[in-house]
Amino acid sequence: MGTVLVDGIEVPVADNERLNGIQAAERAGIDIPHYCWHAGLSVVASCRMCLVEQGTKDPATGKITMIPKVVPACQTPAKDGTVFITNSDKVKQCRAQVEEALLIDHPIDCPICDKAGECRLQDYYFEHGQPERRADIRPFHSPKREMGDTVTLFVDRCVMCTRCVRFTREITGTSELMVTNRGSHEEIDVFPGFPLANKMSGNVVDLCPVGALGDKDFMYQQRVWFMKSHDGICTGCSTGCNIEVEENQDRVYRLKPRENAQVNQWWMCDEGRYGYHHVHAEDRQVGPRRREGDKYVNIEWNTVTAEMKAKLTAAGRIGAVISPHLTIEEAYLLIKYVRSIDPAAVLALGPVPVIGTDERFPNGFTIHAEKAPNRRGIEMLLAHFGGKVLSFVDFQKELDAKTLRAVWVSAGYKKSDWNDETTARKFAGLDVLVVQDLFSSPLWNMATYQLPGGSFAEREGSYVNFQDRLQTAKFAIRPPVGAWVEGQLYWRLLERPGLYQSRKVLTEAAAEVTALHLALGGVPPTGLDLRANQLAGEKKEAATV
Amino acid sequence: MAKFEPVLMANMHKADSHTLKVYEAGGGYRGLRKALKEMTPDQVTETVKASGLRGRGGAGFPTGLKWTFLPKNHPGPIYMCINADESEPGTFNNRYLMELDPHQVIEGIILSCYATKAVTAYLYIRVEYPLSRRRLQSAIDECYAAGLLGKNILGTSFSLDIFIHVGAAAYICGEETGLIESLEGKRAWPRIKPPFPAIEGVFRKPTVVNNIETAACVTQIIDRGADWFKTIGVPADPKNPRDPGSYGPKLYCLSGHVNKPGCYEAPLGITCRELINEYGEGIWKGRKGKAAIPGGISMGLLTEAEFDTPLDFAGPGKVGCLGLGTAAVVVMDETVNMVDFLHNSCRFFAHESCGQCTPCREGTHWSLTMLERIKAGKGRLKDLDLLLEIGDSIGIIPGTTICGLSDGAAWPIKNAIRKFRGDFEEYIKRTNPNGYMVTEPVPALLQLGAH
Repeated sequence: MGTVLVDGIEVPVADNERLNGIQAAERAGIDIPHYCWHAGLSVVASCRMCLVEQGTKDPATGKITMIPKVVPACQTPAKDGTVFITNSDKVKQCRAQVEEALLIDHPIDCPICDKAGECRLQDYYFEHGQPERRADIRPFHSPKREMGDTVTLFVDRCVMCTRCVRFTREITGTSELMVTNRGSHEEIDVFPGFPLANKMSGNVVDLCPVGALGDKDFMYQQRVWFMKSHDGICTGCSTGCNIEVEENQDRVYRLKPRENAQVNQWWMCDEGRYGYHHVHAEDRQVGPRRREGDKYVNIEWNTVTAEMKAKLTAAGRIGAVISPHLTIEEAYLLIKYVRSIDPAAVLALGPVPVIGTDERFPNGFTIHAEKAPNRRGIEMLLAHFGGKVLSFVDFQKELDAKTLRAVWVSAGYKKSDWNDETTARKFAGLDVLVVQDLFSSPLWNMATYQLPGGSFAEREGSYVNFQDRLQTAKFAIRPPVGAWVEGQLYWRLLERPGLYQSRKVLTEAAAEVTALHLALGGVPPTGLDLRANQLAGEKKEAATV
Repeated sequence: MAKFEPVLMANMHKADSHTLKVYEAGGGYRGLRKALKEMTPDQVTETVKASGLRGRGGAGFPTGLKWTFLPKNHPGPIYMCINADESEPGTFNNRYLMELDPHQVIEGIILSCYATKAVTAYLYIRVEYPLSRRRLQSAIDECYAAGLLGKNILGTSFSLDIFIHVGAAAYICGEETGLIESLEGKRAWPRIKPPFPAIEGVFRKPTVVNNIETAACVTQIIDRGADWFKTIGVPADPKNPRDPGSYGPKLYCLSGHVNKPGCYEAPLGITCRELINEYGEGIWKGRKGKAAIPGGISMGLLTEAEFDTPLDFAGPGKVGCLGLGTAAVVVMDETVNMVDFLHNSCRFFAHESCGQCTPCREGTHWSLTMLERIKAGKGRLKDLDLLLEIGDSIGIIPGTTICGLSDGAAWPIKNAIRKFRGDFEEYIKRTNPNGYMVTEPVPALLQLGAH
C-alpha cells in the first residue's frame, strides 16, 4: 500500500495498481483536464492538456522535491511517494496556453456543431482558457468529408488527439483511420477506397473529445442539453452491453456505451448503437385488439385485464412462450400468471435468433451471434418452474399434438420476421391465442388478442447475459399511447395494486429461484455475476459429498 | 595558434579516399583488428567512456555512458542505429564523412556494435544524400567481401550486418525515437520516454542511436587511445561537477557570409571568431559580422560581441544559446535584417513540426503567421511579446512537448528578439507607422502562402 499526494490530499494506492496521475487525482476528487488520454487506449501524451507539476516525497525525511518542469499526468505513474500539484499558477498557465493553441485553428462553429454542450474544448475553455483571443489568424479550413457509412469528419474541428486512430488500431484492429500531412496541416483521414467500415465504428464518435467526428445517425437531430440519459442494457445480442439511452420527450435520439469493465469496457457495436429505430417505427402496433369473427375490434386495456382470466380458464390447458426479450421480472410474472390459472401450464422458450457466428475483436470485445438479451435468464426461470420446459421447436410439436387449448405468446423482437406462415399455421384451432409483440406478423394476424408491448427503451428490468451476468436496465421513455409494457400488464393481470414495480418483482423472484438468489441484495450498477452463486453451490455439494 | 593537424579528415584529400584500399593504406581497420584481437567488448566501452567522447549529433550526451545503459546480459538482439538523417540547416559534416571517408564511419560502427554486442546496425540516411548512400553501400559491400562484415568478422565469433535505410526527408526523423518509429515503418512521431531506446528501441529491443561523426570518433579513439583523445579540446570545468568536458576534434560546418565556407576540423573549444577568421578567412566583402548561428539553426544566435564564445559543448549555453548542436556555424553580416532570419527560421520549424504535441504544432505555426504579418507591414510591438511567450513556453525544457524539436524552434525566437529587439522594433515601426502600437485584436490576416 502506498500513498500519492495530489494537491496535498493523500490518495492510497495498492501495490499492484498501476495508476497514472489523472487516475490518482480522480480518486482525490480532482479533475485533470485531458484530450488524448483514454483509459482504454495506449498513452501518447500528445495533447499536453494534463500537464502538472510532479515531485517525490522522501519517505524517511518527508521532504518533497519537485522537478523543475511540468510533466503530462497521463504518462506519469502514480507510485508511493509521488507528489502531484495540479492547481499552481504554472499549471494553470500551461493549460491556458494549450487551450489557446487548440483554439487558434478551430472554427468555433459551436452553434451548428452537434458536440456543443458535451464538448471538452468548450468545457475546458470556460474552465481553463484565456479570457480573450490573441491570435489574429484565420482558422484553418478544410471541408468535412465522410469517413464511412456511419461517421463524418469535420476536419477543421479536430484537435489531433488521435484517439480515433488508436481505437481502430488497438481495439478493432482494422486500422482504417490515420494521420496525414504534418504540423498544423495535419488531418485525420482514411485511405481512398478503404473507408471506416468496421462493426464498432460508432465508438470513434464517442471517443472524439470535440465535434470533429460526427455520427451520421445523430447529426443535426437534437441538441445534447435537451436530452436526458438513462442507464440501459443493449438488447441487440447476448453480450448485454451497458448503454445510456438518450431521449428527449419520449423520443430516443441515440444510444451510447456505458463503461463496464466486465462486459463491454467502454464500447458497443454499431448494430446495437443504431438498433433503436424500431422503437419509433411507423408500423408499431398500438392499442389492444380482440378478434371477433374475421375482424378485429379495438378494446380497452381494462377489458383485457377483466376478461382474460375467464377466457383462459375456460380454454383449459395453457401454453406460454416466454420470449428471450422479456426481462427476468416480466417472465417471472407471466409464468406466475399462467401457472395461477393452469398449474400444469406448458412453458417454452421463445425463438432465439442466431445470425452468423460470434465476432471477436482483437481486444476481446465480442458481438454475439445470439441476437437476444435474456436467453440465459429465461432458461433459469424455466428450469426452476419445471414442468415441461420446451424449446420453441418442441413447443410446435406440442401444438401438433393438440393438447393445448390456449397459448400466450410473448415476443418483443425488433423485427416481425421471427415467425412465418408455416409456424403461424401450427397455432390454428386454439381457443385463445394471445400475442404480445411490437409489430404485425403472420402469428399476430391469427391472434385472438393482439396486445402491443413495450420496446427495450420503455421497459425496465433485468437481463442475464451470455456469461450469466445479471444486469438491470431502467426505462428511458414512456411507451406510445395505447401500448402497455409487459410488466404493467402482467402486474394488473395478477391483480396487484398500483403501478408495476420491477425491483419488488426481482426480489420476489430472487427469493424463489435459486439461480437468482444473489440478486436478493440488489443489483450493483455493473451487474451481478450469477456464476459466483453456482460455484459456491458446487463447492458446498462437493464438501458434503 | 598552431594549425591543428586534422584527424577525422586526414584521409579526405586522397584520391579515391572512399575505397577500402586507400583507407587501409592509411592505417584503416588497424583499430578494429586490434580491438577484436586484444580487447573485450567491455574494454572497448571503457576506453570510449574514458575518452570523454560526447555524441556529435547535437545533444552531446557522453557516448560511453549511453552504451552502459543497455541492459546487462540481455538475450538480444540488441540493435545499433546510426543517425545519418543530417537535416539541421547549415550542417554537412556527416556528408563529408560519408562521401569522402565512409570506411572510417563503418569501422566506428563495427567497433560500437562490438562494444554494445549489437548484431545488426541500421544506417538511417536521408534521401537527399544519394552520393553518400552509394559510397556507403559500396564501402559496406567491400567490407563484406573482405570479411570485415557478416558472419565471424576477421575469424572471431563476432558477427554483424549493416543495413542502409533511406528516410523520406523529414527533420523529425533525426530525433532518435522519431528515427526509430520511421525505421519501423511508422509515422515519425517521437516516442514518449521512458522507456529510453537503450531499454526499448527498434522493434522493442534495446537500441543505441549514434551519429555518423560519433562513429568516426570511436574509430580514432580505439586506434590512438583515450589519452590521445583527451589531449584535444576543453577539459571539464572543475567548478562544475556535472560538466563532462568537451574532448576531441570536431568537424565544424562554416557557411553564410564568410569568404571561404566549408567543413573544417578543429579541436573543440575553438572560438567562433577564430573559426571565421582562420578557417573562413573573414567576413565576405569586407563587411562586419552581425550575428552567427553557433551550431545549426535550432541553437539560437550569437551576436558579434559574443563571437569569442568557445564552440565547445558548454560554451554557447553560457551566452543564452541552446548548446553546441551540430557545430554548424552560419555567419550573417551587418546587412542582414533579423526579421528575415527569424521568418526563415519559423518557416522551417512550422514546416517540420511533426504535429504530435499541441504546443509545438500550434506554436510554430502561430509564430510563423505572426512573422508573416510583420513582414507584410502589419506587425505590432505586441507581437514581439507574444512571440517571446511562445518561445518561452514550448519545448522539452519547460516540459510541454515530447521531443526537443520545439526547443529548437523556440531558441531562434528567443535569441533573435532578446538580442536584436531593436531590429524588430525598427522594422515594425517603419513598415506599420500607423498601427504598430495597436494592442486590441485586429481582423485576421489572410495567410500568405507560408508553406
